[in-house]
Amino acid sequence: MPASLVDADSLLTIDVGTVTTRATLFDVVEGNYRFIATGQAPTSATAPYKDISEGVHQAIENLQSITGRKIMGDDHRLIMPAQENGGVDSFAATLSAGPALKTALVGLLSDVSLESVQRLARTTYARVLETIGMNDQRRPDEQIDSLTRLRPDLVLIAGGTDEGATRSVERLIETVGLACYLMPADKRPALLFAGNASMTPKVKSNLQGLVSALTVSPNLRPSLEIENLQPAQHSLAEVFTQIRRGQMGGVDELNSWAGGTLTPTAYAESRIIRFLSQVYDSSKGILGVDLGASAATVAAAFGTELTMGVYPQLGLGEGLAGLLRYVPPEDILRWIPAELPAETLRDYLYQKSIYPATVPATVEDLAIEQAIARQSLHVAINSAAKDFPARISRPAPGLMPYFEPILAAGSVLTRAPTLGQSLLILLDGIQPAGITTLILDQNNLLPALGAAASRNAILPIQVLESGAFLGLATVVAPCVNARYGTPVLRLRLLSQNGNETRLEVKYGSLEVLPLPPGESARLFIQPLHHAEIGFGPGRTREDGIPVTGTMMGIVIDARGRPIMFSGDAARRRELLKKWLWTVGG
Amino acid sequence: MLALVTHILPLTSVRRERLMPVPGRVIARLDQKVSSLDVVAEARFGQEHVLLDVARTLRVPPDETKTMMLCKPGDTVTKGQVVAQGRGLVPQRVRAPGVGRVLLIGGGQILLETGETTFELQAGIPGTVTRVIPERGIEVTFIGALIQGIWGNGRVDTGMLLPLLNNPADVLTSKHMDVSQRGSIILSGHCSDLATLETAAELPVRGLILGSLSPALLPQAALMSYPIVVVDGFAHRPINSAAFKLFTTNAKREITINSEPLDRYSGARPEIFIPLPVTQEPPSTRDVETFAPDQRVRLLRNPNAGEIGTLVSLRSGLTVMPSGLRVPAGDVKLETGEQLIVPLANLEVLG
Repeated sequence: MPASLVDADSLLTIDVGTVTTRATLFDVVEGNYRFIATGQAPTSATAPYKDISEGVHQAIENLQSITGRKIMGDDHRLIMPAQENGGVDSFAATLSAGPALKTALVGLLSDVSLESVQRLARTTYARVLETIGMNDQRRPDEQIDSLTRLRPDLVLIAGGTDEGATRSVERLIETVGLACYLMPADKRPALLFAGNASMTPKVKSNLQGLVSALTVSPNLRPSLEIENLQPAQHSLAEVFTQIRRGQMGGVDELNSWAGGTLTPTAYAESRIIRFLSQVYDSSKGILGVDLGASAATVAAAFGTELTMGVYPQLGLGEGLAGLLRYVPPEDILRWIPAELPAETLRDYLYQKSIYPATVPATVEDLAIEQAIARQSLHVAINSAAKDFPARISRPAPGLMPYFEPILAAGSVLTRAPTLGQSLLILLDGIQPAGITTLILDQNNLLPALGAAASRNAILPIQVLESGAFLGLATVVAPCVNARYGTPVLRLRLLSQNGNETRLEVKYGSLEVLPLPPGESARLFIQPLHHAEIGFGPGRTREDGIPVTGTMMGIVIDARGRPIMFSGDAARRRELLKKWLWTVGG
Repeated sequence: MLALVTHILPLTSVRRERLMPVPGRVIARLDQKVSSLDVVAEARFGQEHVLLDVARTLRVPPDETKTMMLCKPGDTVTKGQVVAQGRGLVPQRVRAPGVGRVLLIGGGQILLETGETTFELQAGIPGTVTRVIPERGIEVTFIGALIQGIWGNGRVDTGMLLPLLNNPADVLTSKHMDVSQRGSIILSGHCSDLATLETAAELPVRGLILGSLSPALLPQAALMSYPIVVVDGFAHRPINSAAFKLFTTNAKREITINSEPLDRYSGARPEIFIPLPVTQEPPSTRDVETFAPDQRVRLLRNPNAGEIGTLVSLRSGLTVMPSGLRVPAGDVKLETGEQLIVPLANLEVLG
């Protein structure tokens, strides 16, 4: 039985990704929780294993050999709680492996419940293949045939405000019920109902037995003006795990190790982002991005409000073959500092989709992979931004709101050959505005902390403050209308020891002011030409901004927002090389 | 480290399950010899459904339609047949829009299944039925040469293997094809134009095996009426030497091409079967491998993508690649004699 995390000392977490399974150990060192080590192994969800257990066991064995601590018995059972000669006190797990869930959405009005249920679907690893609404021109039998042909893994139904429409919702439920009735019993979908609460008994009586699992959560749209996604998100996370338990070997065992709390990775990541937003009470938002093989995930928290987007179509794994349906090739190729035909890019995407675990061994392959990462991140963050709360201030319409900090995960970022490359992928992909700190989750701890956070609030905070995350850069990104080469900022960096560095930054440039980790300074910024850095156009903080050292120091990104490229391909390539050189290659 | 495995084997024994998407009747018997095109199971099901809203048509509450229904679940109906009738001297009638079967009646509605069709499951692989899975399908055991591919368009056929290439990188074009190749399964290195695929369809051929195919052609290739299997990849790359050798030494033999699409989770993938006579059953395929010296491996990424070599040794710790990435790697000696350091993630074991 898993022990409660609250009083526990050591914690083992497992994250089963599409490509890699990681086992991570946390323990109390000198009275504080610390990240100890991670062991990893290839995920074994695919054939011939078709069972995640092999990868989990290997990852734990690797962790054991790194730490010298016996965590798992010879019978492949966890030693829990910890004993004198090994074991752990508690366990949590997250999962993103597996193909995106084939999903059908059902709702009433396209700009009300259907819009909300679409947003709900975006909070998990789902691929929406069918949408049925009140304005659907198809006959019910056509809708039934469509559903039976698609055989979705998941049906999400919303519609009707509480005490509102029932007849229309009833008709939709009937259609879904008939479609499920016609599917073979072992192919029926799981169903989540998050509509008019008064319909719950009807939903249960009509659909129970016709679906593989039936979950009812509070109404997404209790009234026309209110959208309440959070309870349904939580239910959807549970439904996701339930579906995976039926699809993939070993998930049941992992879930039982976790005491039934196995969580989708993206959900765990978003939970930690919201948690941090509440704990640190930042006036800006907190942003988390994860560029994984299964999906690109964006979680942005503004106080208690969380916006989450999981985009399997933008993941860097098997979904890559379909990437060009969402991203024009030229948008990817523009980030490559060499001339490359679109055909080469297409070949690359298809080959990588067949072998998602492969890595770029050549300089050219790396440039392509990082270009894809930039554009996938860019599309993901801009898609998620459409759902950011309207009240959030931005320097200009269409630009990113202010975030502090931005946490980034995903192998393409954390395992890039140089930190400068990680930095540029993030700057180009997100194009942050104002002043922010970029933090790399180099040990892939966010899902683990998210999984632990709901039961142990101290652990994530202490681990975050222990240096387990890598402070990559403090970024100053002015938003300004200016001509290329025009001075837009004057900076003065006054370090602890009294050293002073001055810099004039011109529009279109990327500059770096070194400030190593462990050092602190005050940064005085004079915006020119009404440049906006987060204090209003042309305004600044007169007493300077306190900054702490990071691996890349202070990076001033004055390339403009959004970054615009010259039509001259040779000049664009030169610029890309120059930017890379500026951040150390 | 766990390794990907692809089978390119001159003689092996493999078992494959062949299952229907819906329950039905299994025709094949245990120990029966089957050819790849033999129908081993079948299922009947309606492709479309029609929902007749009787209550609405007759303008009565749903509860009152019970006595108006003139059919019951399970009944077959003909086009125009009256399935429900209202009251009165000139009652309104609800007619079946086509031939079908009544599936459900309730809530004032009738659900009809129409367009019934028979799904026939082919063995897909020549061999012996070694297991019958009731209502779903069979398991077939095959003995012979096996070559696995990476992309297929979901069709099965059998025919004579006809190599249309002199070396593994040769490109197939329409001018290489003529009517004498009708009914054969063509082997070539690469294809990059639609006209070639269309010419093959016009002949018609029974299948096409390629080392690589231009990704731009994939949508059209998926729709071709004959099976296509891509063995190596999507850039212009030759067919790998092991497959090339195996195919060319078995030229003119009757082979089966099963171009089942790759599914990493279920393990389904396109395969080519070359039945061979044996006196005793050869060893089964090894589907699970961890990297070890002396394994025959294929390189999956540049440089030297598609080439085959021998894994000489595994390097300890992480190795810096030309890209700058630090990864677990191994030393691979290519067939040309050249030795390379390759990330283990970019290798698959051939076995």
